[in-house]
Amino acid sequence: MGPKPSLLKRILPQLIILAAALLLNVIVFPDFFQIDFRNGRLFGNLIDVLNRGAPVALLCIGMTLVIATKGIDLSVGAVMAISGAVAASTVVEGHGWGTALLAALLAGGLCGLWNGFLVAVLRIQPIVATLVLMVAGRGIAQLVTEGKILTFSNEGLIQLGSGTVFGLPTPILIWVVLGALVTFVVRRSALGMLIEAIGINERSSRLAGINSRVLLVCVYLLTGLCAALAGVIVAADIKGADANNAGLWLELDAILAVVIGGNSLLGGRFSIVASLLGALIIQSINSVILLSGMPPEFNLVIKAALILTILVIQSPRMGNLIYLIRATGPQPQPEATRARPKKEATQ
Amino acid sequence: MIRATHLPLLVTLGTFVLAYALCGYAYPAMLSTRVIANLLTDNAFIGIAAVGMTFVILSGGIDLSIGSIIAFTGVFLAVILRDTSLHPLVAFAIVLALTTCFGAAMGATIHYLEMPPFIVTLAGMFLARGAAYVLSTESVPITHEFYDTLQGLYWKVDGARFRLIGGVMVLTFIAGILIAHRTRFGQNVYALGGGEQAAKLMGVPVAQTTIGIYALSGGLAGLSGIVFSLYTSAGYSLATVGVELDAIAAVVIGGTLLTGGYGFVAGTFFGILIMGLIQTYIVFDGTLSSWWTKIVIGGLLFAFILLQKGLMWATQAKAGQAKRKKATGFAAHS
Amino acid sequence: MNDMTPSLAAPMLHARGISKFFPGTIALDDVELVLHAGEVHALLGENGAGKSTLIKCLTGAYRRDGGVIILDGAEVAPESTAASQKLGIGTVYQEVNLLPNLTVAENLFLGRQPMRGPFLARRKMNAEARDVLASYGLDIDPAEPLSAYSVAIQQVVAIARAVEMSGKVLILDEPTASLDRDEVALLFGVIRQLTARGLAVVFVTHFLDQVFEISDRATILRNGRIVDSCIIRDVTQRDVVTMMLGRQLESRVERKTVAPAGKALVEFKGLTKRGMIEPFDLTVHEGEVVGLAGLLGSGRSETCNLIFGVVAADEGETHLRGQPVSINRPRDAVAQRFALCPEDRKVDGIVGDLSVRDNIIIALQARQGWMKPIPRAKVQEIAERYVRALDIRLASLDMPIRLLSGGNQQKALLARWLATNPDFLILDEPTRGIDVGAHAEIIALIDQLRADGMALLVASSELEELVAYSTRVIVLRDRKQVGELNGDEITPDNIVRAIADEKEDA
Repeated sequence: MGPKPSLLKRILPQLIILAAALLLNVIVFPDFFQIDFRNGRLFGNLIDVLNRGAPVALLCIGMTLVIATKGIDLSVGAVMAISGAVAASTVVEGHGWGTALLAALLAGGLCGLWNGFLVAVLRIQPIVATLVLMVAGRGIAQLVTEGKILTFSNEGLIQLGSGTVFGLPTPILIWVVLGALVTFVVRRSALGMLIEAIGINERSSRLAGINSRVLLVCVYLLTGLCAALAGVIVAADIKGADANNAGLWLELDAILAVVIGGNSLLGGRFSIVASLLGALIIQSINSVILLSGMPPEFNLVIKAALILTILVIQSPRMGNLIYLIRATGPQPQPEATRARPKKEATQ
Repeated sequence: MIRATHLPLLVTLGTFVLAYALCGYAYPAMLSTRVIANLLTDNAFIGIAAVGMTFVILSGGIDLSIGSIIAFTGVFLAVILRDTSLHPLVAFAIVLALTTCFGAAMGATIHYLEMPPFIVTLAGMFLARGAAYVLSTESVPITHEFYDTLQGLYWKVDGARFRLIGGVMVLTFIAGILIAHRTRFGQNVYALGGGEQAAKLMGVPVAQTTIGIYALSGGLAGLSGIVFSLYTSAGYSLATVGVELDAIAAVVIGGTLLTGGYGFVAGTFFGILIMGLIQTYIVFDGTLSSWWTKIVIGGLLFAFILLQKGLMWATQAKAGQAKRKKATGFAAHS
Repeated sequence: MNDMTPSLAAPMLHARGISKFFPGTIALDDVELVLHAGEVHALLGENGAGKSTLIKCLTGAYRRDGGVIILDGAEVAPESTAASQKLGIGTVYQEVNLLPNLTVAENLFLGRQPMRGPFLARRKMNAEARDVLASYGLDIDPAEPLSAYSVAIQQVVAIARAVEMSGKVLILDEPTASLDRDEVALLFGVIRQLTARGLAVVFVTHFLDQVFEISDRATILRNGRIVDSCIIRDVTQRDVVTMMLGRQLESRVERKTVAPAGKALVEFKGLTKRGMIEPFDLTVHEGEVVGLAGLLGSGRSETCNLIFGVVAADEGETHLRGQPVSINRPRDAVAQRFALCPEDRKVDGIVGDLSVRDNIIIALQARQGWMKPIPRAKVQEIAERYVRALDIRLASLDMPIRLLSGGNQQKALLARWLATNPDFLILDEPTRGIDVGAHAEIIALIDQLRADGMALLVASSELEELVAYSTRVIVLRDRKQVGELNGDEITPDNIVRAIADEKEDA
């Protein structure tokens, strides 16, 4: 029962799309895969894709879990702005980068707890609950920066955004390590299964003795922490906290990445790896447009087309249609029960 | 007797009156007709879009695309008026038809593909914004004498100028109120918001209504775009980013339940005015920073969400009590 | 439509040879239903007997696999509930299927509102609504939202809507399930009025008193087949109960002599939840199977749910091995090594999209907490052990549990709880909707678990089954315990008597 073949099967569509996107990159820019090592740092378009994709990749780690519980978190972009602002103002006040990082994580964690509280305890619909922070968040971030773009020159903090570790840009390292860590934890502990159970059938899960409330809060907390890291990276990259624009609309990109990763918005089975591939797909498409010299405006149109394609593929109607086509074929599949599991209910 | 469903609307009204009284107390100048006229003019485009959003939210959906549609409309008008000799009225008709069809297409996708409105209108948001970019990335000024004529129209009261676009917004709200509360379509919108399954069983044409709702929202976003182009005399593809959020906030602060089924178009009007008041107050104050707008609006949003949650709990508790009473009745029976 | 008089010659609705198949089961097998204008016709049967399937076939919610429906002399084939409504068949469900956010008048007229030009004629609509409701004996403000009124009034509004729109046949699907006595009287008044107007009314309920109070005839279903169609005044309640519960010959299991039970394991004192179940005391011993008997709605499932903390009790104490314990939610119960296989597998039991393996391990894992994952090899071993022990038929442990048949799902749920090694196992309708083979296996398993010293509480509507495995049977009626049978007293006849008896005295 090795999990490896099933994982490969699960992420195959994402791998194919990613390969296609990368191929397009090569077509418009033949040297795309060329990677140089200069001044102790790796350079290359591929590295850029991995590096630029870091914020969305970080966000989609948490977002995948939130969506698996049948939730959604609209506030991550605003939380990025808040934590970026907190980190910046901490170093501006003369503290070290470690303190700044901790403060930013604390701020993000608090935001996550707030969302988790609204969703798990007050039982407010996730989309509504996280809207509050989405609206107010940028105001809070501006409150922290006092409306300015708060620039800083703390080397340690800047390293988080534009530095390298063993030649590899730090943001890549951060999202890869965090992604691997969270994947490892949820899959090696029982967390992943319990989260999926809540997303699929919360009633049954509760009856089986799962503490859904605590799990929900944890998931939103993790999302807040991921957003905080993303916020720090973005701030460090531009050496300043821009409360207005940091992470603007990235919540939508993160949700998109999760959806491209084949995770259902209705909750249930999830794959963080597939979501991360989704984030890379988005970034590769950005890269194609950039390298081809096409106006960057096309980016949005392509994203829209991508969503529509996925919508059509994922739609239950489409599933039924495919089933019908298959069922009219010569040999009836043993999947007959899959088509209409509902109907069994009233035997 | 005050009906429980009217309570959020009353709270909105109360909030508005209180806010306005506080403003007037702090800055008596804010009570002037001029401020009221400006309030209507400055919030005209967002008010019009919010009417459409109210219908969408009443039906239990959401529309993230309206900000992009407004921007698209502005750019489209600017480009058409620059590059062709079409009369603006013809351009208006074309763009309204386009945006209405666009909304209808989103509605159809939501209904026929059975996908969440959130993600479908997200695609619509990208598509409309992308289309605006494709038309022009720069701000395109609109110079047409008909525009000047329209912008020059106003109704003068006490030295304050009530401009055309404010009037359009008020008319849109009146039309919205009539459609929501006095037509079959409006009833079907509420029915969908009350429960799609029950509505279907009761014979509501779900497909038609869903498509109609998003078409209406798209069309009103188009109208809002026209008004916005009159307001700014330009079309810019980067404009009105995030207007959908403001519209959603106005709808919720206006007392409409975000999960659908309960609310009033008139409430949205006061929601818009409350948000406008906050901004005006901050301008008058001069020392307060603009970001307080967002924080206060976020706070109000939270307060209204809590209020509605509280009302729901209260009615559930009442239902529980009623049930308890029944149970004792049963005991006596047996 | 008032000139339609009850006539035995030409039924208002005649459904013949109605059949409906679901994968693996026959839900309806050649069922006939004859309805006359002006009569109230009760449709009776336990859960799974096919009542709701029959109704859904009549209203077009399901496409029937065989049979003819003749309505008012003409053959009809409604494709949807809306279509059947147009034809004249209106339905009112237990859960009021109206819109609580609209006003009473709006609900009554949705889709056919009086108009004045392009606008609704609200005043006219409210006035007409008031008149319509007045004819049903309701004097309420139709401009109030529906949710402002009690369930009974909402039911009458739903009936009024159905009758105004359809007007030939009215199907009432458990309309009284959540009503008190006065409200039921109100409803019955309305029903009598309607039959006087010439409507044919189908009345589905599990309250026998009500059947005998209002119905003219009854059709009794069991396992998708007609048991009998009778005139109510010619039969007794006990006849009806016997017909409903019947004797499932195919699952007849010999009653075994059982060893005396061990020491008391759990004790419940005065446990109650208002509106759900009257206060009750119950003690379950080790090595004992306590059966819960009673008709649907008598409080069987409610008892199980209350004990397991699915709903928190208002009052009462729980003692485990003499020590008081507090159980306010399922998690508490699981921690005390209680286990519950719920009645509704789909909604409360399985986590459909998860694999069979995950479904088996989930309760044990939840009890251990997520930080102490059960090692993969151990999970596999547990899952395989129970799949073998319970003979769960599956292609792979990786397949989503929703793809299993009902019987195998039930066994997987049993495996889920057996894996937690429970001291006290509660089974709510463990054999509902599963095939004969699995049925016998589950009964044998219950017997085995008892012999191993486990304490079991089993709620079931199948008498033969209760007789086969129970060491003691508690009989419930109207949400309270009314009798207890021990040892040789446990026979189907005695249980039927205990369920029906007091009703005949009344």
